Amino acid sequence: MRSAEYFAPASVSEAVALLAQAGEAGRPLAGGTDLIVQMRGGRAKPAVIVDLKHIPELIGIREEAGGFLIGAATSAAELGEHEALSRAWPGVVEAANLIGSTQVQGRASLGGNLCNASPAADSVPAMVAAGATCIIEGPRGRRDLPVEAVQAGPGKTNLAPDEIIVAFRLPPRPARSGDAYLRLIPRTEMDIAVVGAGVNLTLDTEGTCIAARVSVGAVAPTTLLVEGAGAALVGSKLNEEALAGMESAIAAACRPISDKRGTADYRTRTACVLARRATLIARERAE
Amino acid sequence: MSRIRIATTVNGEPVEFLGGGSQSLLDALRDELGLTGSKEGCGTGDCGACSVMVDGRLVCSCLMLAPEAEGRRIETIEGMAENGELHPLQTSFLDEAALQCGFCTPGLLIAAKALLDRNPDPTETEVRYWLAGNVCRCTGYDKVVRAVMSAAATMRQAPKATEAVT
Repeated sequence: MRSAEYFAPASVSEAVALLAQAGEAGRPLAGGTDLIVQMRGGRAKPAVIVDLKHIPELIGIREEAGGFLIGAATSAAELGEHEALSRAWPGVVEAANLIGSTQVQGRASLGGNLCNASPAADSVPAMVAAGATCIIEGPRGRRDLPVEAVQAGPGKTNLAPDEIIVAFRLPPRPARSGDAYLRLIPRTEMDIAVVGAGVNLTLDTEGTCIAARVSVGAVAPTTLLVEGAGAALVGSKLNEEALAGMESAIAAACRPISDKRGTADYRTRTACVLARRATLIARERAE
Repeated sequence: MSRIRIATTVNGEPVEFLGGGSQSLLDALRDELGLTGSKEGCGTGDCGACSVMVDGRLVCSCLMLAPEAEGRRIETIEGMAENGELHPLQTSFLDEAALQCGFCTPGLLIAAKALLDRNPDPTETEVRYWLAGNVCRCTGYDKVVRAVMSAAATMRQAPKATEAVT
């Protein structure tokens, strides 16, 4: 592993200045559970590493205007230990806590999971379904981007090399809302998703679905927000017809590859099944 | 290659060493500090043989850079026995023969201790999920799980031993 220069800036402006100066040779470091493995394998050869974990804004969970602000480098373990977040967004928290092992969850972050840009990233479909927004900062200032607009393809994002995600904003939660994330792997732990599905919905007092977002992972080069799938649920009581409509929208949106984890057909079918099950769990949580 | 001065605390002792910007904490523990109890099984965070505690949290030391240890509190297997007396988990691993080659054992002990520090009465299922990131190719895990359950029972009867380190 080639030696890199290590920096641990205390502010976002310092961090982006270091990254701007380093250009393509610089890499931000959050939990490191992907970057350090890539450095070791020779796939990443940064000359400059900018550790983001000393920047107060990037660490911790704050309740804000009825929603949550999650520092982009906050560990998955911290998300799981935050009671209010776990109550409001159980799907987001369970997705983050499916990443790797207990050890990995002690380091891995939402920002890193998103920017590593694996199509199979576990936390991303849950965050997309939740309608989470990224607060991004670079030398040219701040901008907001919905989570689904960050991945550009396997290992690629729409962030400039000198931009970082500072935090994620989870919107205020209306009454009778619930979310859920399910993934399929051939065993129970320590594997990469064959398919993942996140669903977030809101019901009215009659049990009719009034808002829904459905996202699937590992079935396309990037995590997909399937707008037609959410639309198929809205206005229904999540009956068979609505669920079938959601499944057709998902099947139409999936563009998976066939590999050792599963064939394209299997992945497409599984995405539909997982989204259906996640919808029913989300409904139970909303009620 | 530029080496930087890193000041940290290992097993309660303040420690300073020179580390590289790309050096893993595991390599620094083993090569700079001579603490070879933490093992490198995979180097990619899959096997857990390098498990250590950092500020009271269980992590893979191969997935941390040495400079990230600056100002942190590191606990390794070398600090588990106190004054020459084995931790109840170490005793029960011996009693239950929860090891064969022993390569995974330091990581399993650190991970199991992290579990019992936060949950003194885990179910077998909780033990198995918690230890999912610690790979053992010899035992088939049953003896490991039995040893952890047995140590937990012992520690519940002797409250002094269950005091959390955090």
